[in-house]
Amino acid sequence: MRAPHIKASLFVVIALAFSVSSQAQQDSTSAGIEAYREALQDGNPADLYVDSGAEIWKKKAGPKEASLEKCDLGLGPGKVKGAYAQLPRYFKDTNKVQDLESRLLTCMEKLQGVDTTEIVKAAFSSPKKADLVALSAYISAESKGMKVKVSLAHPKERQMYDLGRRLFYYEAGPYDFACATCHGQDGKRIRLQDLPYIPSAEGAAKGWTTWPAYRVSSGQMWSMQWRINDCFRQQRFPEPIYASDVTVAISSFMAGNSNGSVMQTPGIKR
Amino acid sequence: MMTFKKKTTVVLSLLAAMTAGSVLAAPPALPKDGSWGSGAGDANFDTMMQSGFQSKGIATTERLKQDPTQKLCSNPTTIYSAKNTALREKLQGENEASIKYPSNGNWLGNWKNGEKIAQSGKGLTWSDKAGEANGGNCYNCHQITKEELAYGTIGPSLYNYGKLRGNSEETIRYTWGKIFNAKATNICSLMPRAGAMGVLNEDQIRDLMALLLDPESPVNK
Repeated sequence: MRAPHIKASLFVVIALAFSVSSQAQQDSTSAGIEAYREALQDGNPADLYVDSGAEIWKKKAGPKEASLEKCDLGLGPGKVKGAYAQLPRYFKDTNKVQDLESRLLTCMEKLQGVDTTEIVKAAFSSPKKADLVALSAYISAESKGMKVKVSLAHPKERQMYDLGRRLFYYEAGPYDFACATCHGQDGKRIRLQDLPYIPSAEGAAKGWTTWPAYRVSSGQMWSMQWRINDCFRQQRFPEPIYASDVTVAISSFMAGNSNGSVMQTPGIKR
Repeated sequence: MMTFKKKTTVVLSLLAAMTAGSVLAAPPALPKDGSWGSGAGDANFDTMMQSGFQSKGIATTERLKQDPTQKLCSNPTTIYSAKNTALREKLQGENEASIKYPSNGNWLGNWKNGEKIAQSGKGLTWSDKAGEANGGNCYNCHQITKEELAYGTIGPSLYNYGKLRGNSEETIRYTWGKIFNAKATNICSLMPRAGAMGVLNEDQIRDLMALLLDPESPVNK
């Protein structure tokens, strides 16, 4: 395994980046963080998940002993190149707007005959979800460098975008948090972490085009669904159900806002 | 050399920003009348919310139910509209009435404990346990002491809070109210209502008060 070594060396960089004395100027802190971010780009352990996702895509599985190679991600059966940059989208066969992960569940059910109930229920770190995380790394990598082109033309696509926007501003829970509490202003940060202003095209793109991503701090590959799930946890909300319309709606809002920006997936994060 | 390098970086990032700006179209605008679009009315939105969340640990689906303040603050188009003036005033009054001032007459606790509470972002997520003390999350959004550089910028800087404002009875009362229920003075403040929602107890608020107002606190050095 290469990943732990990469992780270890990145931690050295983190240590260096943050080993500034309390009297140090803000400038040197920012410079340290910038150096750390640059160092992160050098080798992305997400590549390991991309490779394993490509294997899983081709592997025969489930009661029907079939692979996912005929899965239609929106560009036709088996067409993976560029598909992620156009998701979420409306699918005629399910009569639903689906993001990558909800669409993969459909393909696992229909092509492989897999009962996905347990996969939906499983924790993100559980082996039951591991295939979906790896598949999302692989499929997102096949859109790297391509422009986000998410249609809002179908009434259901526009509806999903509008529902996502309404959810973005929905304030609730013991802390009165909405997505907008942290992501509703430009140029803010939480602790030292910059917060993208998601209602803008540039801000939405900062989030949308860089997930799925490998997270150095946790040593885990996170899919977009995982990222969204943890946002709601920190918002002190109950848990969004995996692949539910809640999760697709918030993705539609982000993706629809980032149209025209360039996919940089899979990303790498602190 | 440094200057040249810096300039080059600035020029390059400006170019990048300009290119990005010219490529990306503006996202669809929100309807001006405060609606959300024809497919995202109350019925559809409620269905999505009810089917899309599940209780986990202490974070139950009960939390999705909004109080009237949360409801008002969830629509950026209408919060400050003229037709909501009376509602805003009513709700602000209700939030003000929720503030409980110290039961024992002591307003300032221990600033060292206050610093720990300000540092901690723990509490009330589905991965936290019931009954554990919550953190204040203060540094997530505010600069507080000069020593802590990892502070957020959603809220204003509180460095030198007491030094700048003094510790008159009025200031002390105002500060307590702000921590207890920030929506009493600014109805859609982004700051959690730490006292009113039971996130922090009276002793914890006293300690945060000391962090801000005690002349010995590093905040006022």
